[in-house]
Amino acid sequence: MQPALCARLPDGRLHCQHGPIDLLIEAWGEALEVERAYAQAEARFASILAELVAELPALRTPVGVEAPELSGAVAQRMAAAVWPHRAVFVTPMAAVAGAVADEVLAALLRGCRLSKAIVNDGGDIAFHLAPGASLATGIVANIAAPALDALSSIDAASPVRGIATSGWRGRSHSLGIADAVTALARSAAAADAAATLIANATNVEHPRISRVPARSLREDSDLGDRLATVDVPPLPPAAIDAALGAGAACAERMRAAGLIEAALLVLQGRRRGVHTAAALGRAA
Amino acid sequence: MSHPLQRDPEDALNPDTSSSGGDVVRCDACPVLCRIRKGQAGACDRYANEDGKLVRLDPLLLLQRRVEGGGAVVPFLAAGKPWDGALISASNTFVTGLGATTTYPDYKPAPFIVSSKADGVDVVTVVTEGIFSYCGLKLKIDTDRFLGPEQAAVRVAGEQVGHVTTAEYGSQMLALGGVRHLTGGSKKEGNITCDAMLRLANREAVEIAIDGGATVRVQAGAAPIVNGEQEVRMRVGCGSATIGIFARQWLGHADEVIVVDDHITGVLTEHQAGRFLDMRAAGIRVRGRRSTPGRYFKVADPGQGWGGTDITDPLSIIEKIDAKTAWPGLRLLMVSTTGEDAAYFVLDEALRPVATPMPAPLGAVVERIAENCEPALASVLFMGGAGGSLRAGVTENPVRLTRSVRALVTRVTCGGAPVYIWPGGGITLMVDVLRMPERSFGYVPTPALVLPIEFTLPLAAYRELGGHVDSAVPLEAVLRDARWRAEGWREGNPWPADVK
Repeated sequence: MQPALCARLPDGRLHCQHGPIDLLIEAWGEALEVERAYAQAEARFASILAELVAELPALRTPVGVEAPELSGAVAQRMAAAVWPHRAVFVTPMAAVAGAVADEVLAALLRGCRLSKAIVNDGGDIAFHLAPGASLATGIVANIAAPALDALSSIDAASPVRGIATSGWRGRSHSLGIADAVTALARSAAAADAAATLIANATNVEHPRISRVPARSLREDSDLGDRLATVDVPPLPPAAIDAALGAGAACAERMRAAGLIEAALLVLQGRRRGVHTAAALGRAA
Repeated sequence: MSHPLQRDPEDALNPDTSSSGGDVVRCDACPVLCRIRKGQAGACDRYANEDGKLVRLDPLLLLQRRVEGGGAVVPFLAAGKPWDGALISASNTFVTGLGATTTYPDYKPAPFIVSSKADGVDVVTVVTEGIFSYCGLKLKIDTDRFLGPEQAAVRVAGEQVGHVTTAEYGSQMLALGGVRHLTGGSKKEGNITCDAMLRLANREAVEIAIDGGATVRVQAGAAPIVNGEQEVRMRVGCGSATIGIFARQWLGHADEVIVVDDHITGVLTEHQAGRFLDMRAAGIRVRGRRSTPGRYFKVADPGQGWGGTDITDPLSIIEKIDAKTAWPGLRLLMVSTTGEDAAYFVLDEALRPVATPMPAPLGAVVERIAENCEPALASVLFMGGAGGSLRAGVTENPVRLTRSVRALVTRVTCGGAPVYIWPGGGITLMVDVLRMPERSFGYVPTPALVLPIEFTLPLAAYRELGGHVDSAVPLEAVLRDARWRAEGWREGNPWPADVK
């Protein structure tokens, strides 16, 4: 069995990998502070996967009427992130990537003076911004035809500290047809859960969409025999609008409930967005 | 001790999986212990179940050469199987950059820096997969057919991916890719260019269309297919050149030789070569437009017949036989520029050509023409520049690496294949994709191509140029700890670790 691996990339960033987790970590600050922060992140990363695995059956169980009893710090972040969404089908796994990013970011920051820090867990991103700092991000909706679909710059005044993206083209399976749903929230775990569920809700029935039971794609999938999207051919504009409308309505409910600050939905070149006035931190 | 290939003992107990005939493998590469069904990948997308076996989807590729003297090939190991310490030895193993990096987007790989002993010298190979934003392909298409005017756009799926450059001997050169098409044009242009280059570099066939010219199906190492017709052989030269090459060998065996060619048909006795040999004018006049003595353009239309023309009866290109000059018994050889078609005639009393069995000495020369025609191929050379960040993975002082490469202390290889390094600044290299392992190339959405590149140099020299000596790991440790697969060394590629 391979242990957690941490290595510095030629450009100075820290890369941590263990099984399915790939983190890219970048911190800004005085050199010694950055080194100390990286060392703390590495130390925390070493046991994260094992902690998750220990509670995996519970983490793959849909959240229902009772809050799941979990002991691990990351597991608790996951459960907390999906709990507000329990009216629909959701398991804590919907927030796993974001929760790992949040946990490692917390370890990175502990006692260190950093002006800015980013923990990118395969596109689900937790970040820290000291006053005056800002984060520029770009969104690529379709990895098969990469293009910058949206740009945003978030400054320290914004409450947003997490960004996550979900869609049927991504590594995790989606029940919906969005190319990409990007959610901005107060933590990466919250963003991750929201993006997953908005992407699931961005849906329409159309005979040309291919769906297969999630378990036929990945034996261990927490989605069980629910139908995961495997191909979305070009759809008529009415179907695209209907799917985006359903997703946007879901995103709007989350915004109204204070669960997200913003969301961007992209489907076959059309997009829909919702956001709060304070999402990017600048005066509206 | 568990083993990645081990089947899950729970399968037999679990009614869900036992019904599928034990198709599930338990991966123990990490603590998640994914249960992976045949044809699926694990949660990481790095391991998959291929026919009941757990395989790494992106293993490091090792190349092994034959053991000196013995001639025996080191046994190949099963993909994904951990090293048992016995089957492979450092002296005959070279770690390529293929698989050195795993995922995109977002990070450049920490390269493997491997040290091994070669002839008693500590040798360091820095192994990485380079991302080449500045890269292109140079194509050499062996054909005499007109592919298109110089500078014409070369298109794939309507997008310009390159242009026609110089015509070379028996072939047409094309330049594809380059940073202007990759990132300087529209996104669609960049993506189609990247995809076309990726497929060509990985030895797939790609159909290209040239503005004002031909449609060509190109595949490295295969005969090009021009407008649906497959090229077979490169002609030895145009008809006139063929006359020049073989005139002396025909002397005394034929009174006239006509080399049929779509470009320039040659007539021996009128040609400078025949005059030089003091041959008597034969009075056989061919069709077409005379260029210079003995050289004729357009004796027929282009086609699939003799010498790239549309004729099947060679006599059809003869306009007239001059009774004042020709003579009964005149021996006439007609042959195509590839030697594929040939006929021998003797003029009768009425000066009509009569087909006659070919005398052995002439038959031998016809065969020699064919022998001198090489198989028509499409060749694909990758060309790219190893930029600053890639070099920084090797040394803290990138320019020293450039100088070391230039001084021939550091040997650069791509997937173990030798490269040509251009003079001048930077490390701009060319490599024949056919000498690299199959499917060596990948891409990133920049778009840019990714390919393995290795820098091999003596450990002492590596230390001198500010190399990451502390990061070097012994080859044995790579074999022990990394996932890898092995292939045989390619015959004809020099062994990179034999550095001075």
